[in-house]
Amino acid sequence: MLPGFGVSLGLTLTYLSILILLPLSGLLFRSASLGLDQFWRIATSAQAVASYRVTFGASFLAALINAFFGLIVAWILVRTPFPGKRFVDVLVDLPFALPTAVAGITLATLTANTGWIGRPLENIFGIRVAFTPVGIVVALTFISLPFVVRTLQPVIEDIEPEIEEAAASLGASRFQTFVRVLFPGLLPALLTGFTLSFSRAIGEYGSVIFIAGNLPMVSEITPLLILSKLEQYDIPGATALALVMLMISFALLLCVNTLQWWAADRHGGNGEADA
Amino acid sequence: MNGAIEKANAEPRWLRALLLFLGLGFLFFFLFVPLVAVFVEAFRSGWNAYADALGDRETLHAIKLTIIIAFVVLPVNVVLGVAASWAIAKFDFRGKGLLVTLIDLPFAVSPVVVGLVFLLIFGMQGLLGPWLEARGIKVVFALPGMILVTLFITFPFIARELIPLMLSQGADDEEAAISLGASGVQMFFRVTLPKIRWGLLYGVILANARAMGEFGAVSVVSGHIRGETNTLPLHVEILYNEYNAVAAFASASILALLALVTLAAKMLVEWRMRRENEALDAGFLPEGGISFPSRP
Repeated sequence: MLPGFGVSLGLTLTYLSILILLPLSGLLFRSASLGLDQFWRIATSAQAVASYRVTFGASFLAALINAFFGLIVAWILVRTPFPGKRFVDVLVDLPFALPTAVAGITLATLTANTGWIGRPLENIFGIRVAFTPVGIVVALTFISLPFVVRTLQPVIEDIEPEIEEAAASLGASRFQTFVRVLFPGLLPALLTGFTLSFSRAIGEYGSVIFIAGNLPMVSEITPLLILSKLEQYDIPGATALALVMLMISFALLLCVNTLQWWAADRHGGNGEADA
Repeated sequence: MNGAIEKANAEPRWLRALLLFLGLGFLFFFLFVPLVAVFVEAFRSGWNAYADALGDRETLHAIKLTIIIAFVVLPVNVVLGVAASWAIAKFDFRGKGLLVTLIDLPFAVSPVVVGLVFLLIFGMQGLLGPWLEARGIKVVFALPGMILVTLFITFPFIARELIPLMLSQGADDEEAAISLGASGVQMFFRVTLPKIRWGLLYGVILANARAMGEFGAVSVVSGHIRGETNTLPLHVEILYNEYNAVAAFASASILALLALVTLAAKMLVEWRMRRENEALDAGFLPEGGISFPSRP
């Protein structure tokens, strides 16, 4: 028997309780004093519902964009040789390393109608990005970009060439092999990456506020609404919306855990190493 | 394998080109262009304006505060991250799955909600606020609150790296050390720590990037007191909202530089881990030694 079980577990539980569980239950406690009626009225007010639509809609689109391009990026990083691959592989983690405020002001400047990307978009296609909901999607795509790539990469690396060879020798075209043989194996990881992207995006605040325009009912995300309620000393309002966000985060965390368990199951039980 | 099948297993040339075009084009516009733009915008008005912006007293104070927070937060989370991983990876107990999920919780909660939660407890209208105020202790709108939220936000990074690593290493080496008469402390510093040091460093690098770059949670509890509770990311926001773009991007360029250093350090550590792993496979290190942990 190794030493340190009591100390390490005790320390962990104490720390988790004081730093994480106690504060979060404080939120529950505070909203309990609201009463169900008032909670429901705040949580379903027109401005709140509009903010959910913006937050979840933009996050969903961003996660979808990342699922599509993330699959391509992960695939070429593992399978296709090209010069500068190591550099590209490292660059994929940039959104995890770059503070979100920096991402926010940079993307806003780039996509404004005077920016490198915004000017041609507006002049040629008539598309405005900065200070519209499109800008929110751009910011959320940036900050959640690495998740799909990083969850898929090890899975694509682990595909045994025999599987594809068998499919090909049985007469499958490359397209059939991908759709029928390879894709089902990648699906749990793709869904995990999608859910991680989505769950990171709905909570995001720093990058979005600079690019969104923050117009109530149009381009106001829920975290910003919480903050503006707080600044108006509307603590019950902020608390109720925070509780909504917290419950959704919990649900998504549960989804990710279930997906990872499913992925691990497919992988022959070495889930901890893949998680 | 015959050539036809191998050929069937490679994408046709045009498809390969299309995938490269789409994938690299996406990364070019979403990652490379923004990264370059930070520095271009920072130097838009020349080197002198850049130096002036960084030499500003408030900017220097923001840099100092950012470093102080990371300096307090990282050691605490290293100790707790190692403790949590030790309990989870080396022992069996009921509710372990729940504990692992709880450790991940800070990743799932919106930073704004984290900030609010601490405000509700330590703020003037909060549960502990008035009691602390009466004793002259300021938590919210001051450094302690900013440290608390950063501790919360960065807690999972180290444990997440160490748990899979320690699980894959098993407990044989530690058990051998104990049965040969090592004390717990000796076992930890002589056997365990050398095996996990790269994974630990990897977690510290990621936690540091987040600690120094955190915006939402710190913003809520900081109170935005200029020259007092502004970290570098918050300072960037203030300058940008004052239409002082050059100064905002000058401060942002420091954070972008930090991001680049983080990526480089991460690459080096990954490379070291892989090398030790290969050395292990070749039999240069004791069995059950170092393995390459999963990506975050």
